[in-house]
Amino acid sequence: MEFILNPWPWYVSGPLITLIMVLLLLFGKNFGMSSNLKTLCTIAGADKYSDFFKIDWRSYKWNLIVVLGAIIGGFIATQFLSNDAPIQLSSETITDLKTLGFVNPGNTLLPPEIYSWDAILTLKGISILCIAGFLVGFGTRYAGGCTSGHAISGLSNLQLPSLIAVIGFFIGGLLMTHFILPLIF
Amino acid sequence: MKFLKFLIVGILFGIILVKSEAVSWYRIFEMFKFQSFHMYGIIGSAVGLGILSIYIIKKTKIKNIEGTKIEIPTKDKGFVNYLLGGSIFGLGWALAGACPGPMYILVGTGVFSILLVIAAATLGTFVYGILKDKLPH
Repeated sequence: MEFILNPWPWYVSGPLITLIMVLLLLFGKNFGMSSNLKTLCTIAGADKYSDFFKIDWRSYKWNLIVVLGAIIGGFIATQFLSNDAPIQLSSETITDLKTLGFVNPGNTLLPPEIYSWDAILTLKGISILCIAGFLVGFGTRYAGGCTSGHAISGLSNLQLPSLIAVIGFFIGGLLMTHFILPLIF
Repeated sequence: MKFLKFLIVGILFGIILVKSEAVSWYRIFEMFKFQSFHMYGIIGSAVGLGILSIYIIKKTKIKNIEGTKIEIPTKDKGFVNYLLGGSIFGLGWALAGACPGPMYILVGTGVFSILLVIAAATLGTFVYGILKDKLPH
C-alpha cells in the first residue's frame, strides 16, 4: 500500500502511459487529448464560424468520456491514493523557485502563487492563466496535437512531424522558463 | 456500456498522471530547467515502450476489438505549423504547467482555477479555427 500512496517513480508511470495508448488503439481509437478542445468548440456552436469545426462531434464522444474519466481519476488519486508527501524536487529547482518568490515549492501539486484564488483575483494572476490557456489551445491545434498526440503517440509511431512539434514544445517551454518567467515573477 | 471502457481508461490515465506528478506545475518547471531526470524518464520510457508496442502491433497485425485492422494515422506533411504551433504550445505549457490531459485531471484534484485555463484553451482553439487559412502551414 505504501508503494501506491507514495509518488510513483518514472519507470512505473512511463510504461503505464504506454498502456493507455495501447488500450485506446485496441479499442479502435487514438490517444490524443487536445482534440477534445476542438470538440468542445463544435458543441458550443463554432461550426457556424469556421468550416474547421464542421465535424460530427458524436464520433468524438468516446474521447470526452476519457476526459470525464480523467477528472474522476484525478479525484480518486488525490483523495484515496495519496499521502500528501511533498514533491521531491531537485534542490536546484527549489532554490531557483525560491529566488523567483515561490514560498513552498512542491508542497502542493500547483503553486498557490499562480493557482490560488488570491492569485487569480489580481489582474496579473488572471492574465497569466488566461494567456497560458490561450497559448496552449491555439498552439496545440496549430501544431495538430499536444503531449499525448505528438510526444507519446506520434513519436511512438516514428512520425517526423511529431518530432518537429516536440522540438517546438521545447523551444517555447525553454523560452518561457528561462527568460519570461523571471520577468513575470 | 460501450463507453464504460473509455471511462475506465480515463480514470486510469488520471490516476497515473497524478501519481507520476506529471500534472504538477513544479515538475514541468524542473523539466525545462533540466534539473531532474523524472519527466524525461516518464516520457522517454513511455515512448521507448510505445515504439516497441506499435512495432509489435504492425508486425503481428493484431486487430482491435471491433475486429478491424489497427490504423495509426500518419501525421500530415508540414514544418512551419509544427514548429511554430509547437513553440506557441510550449510557451503556454511552461506557463500554465499543464498540457491538455493534465488540465482536465487537475479539475478532479480540486484546483478549480484550472477551469479558467481550460476555458482560455478552448478559446485559443476557436481562434485558431478562425485564423487557420491565414496562417503559414
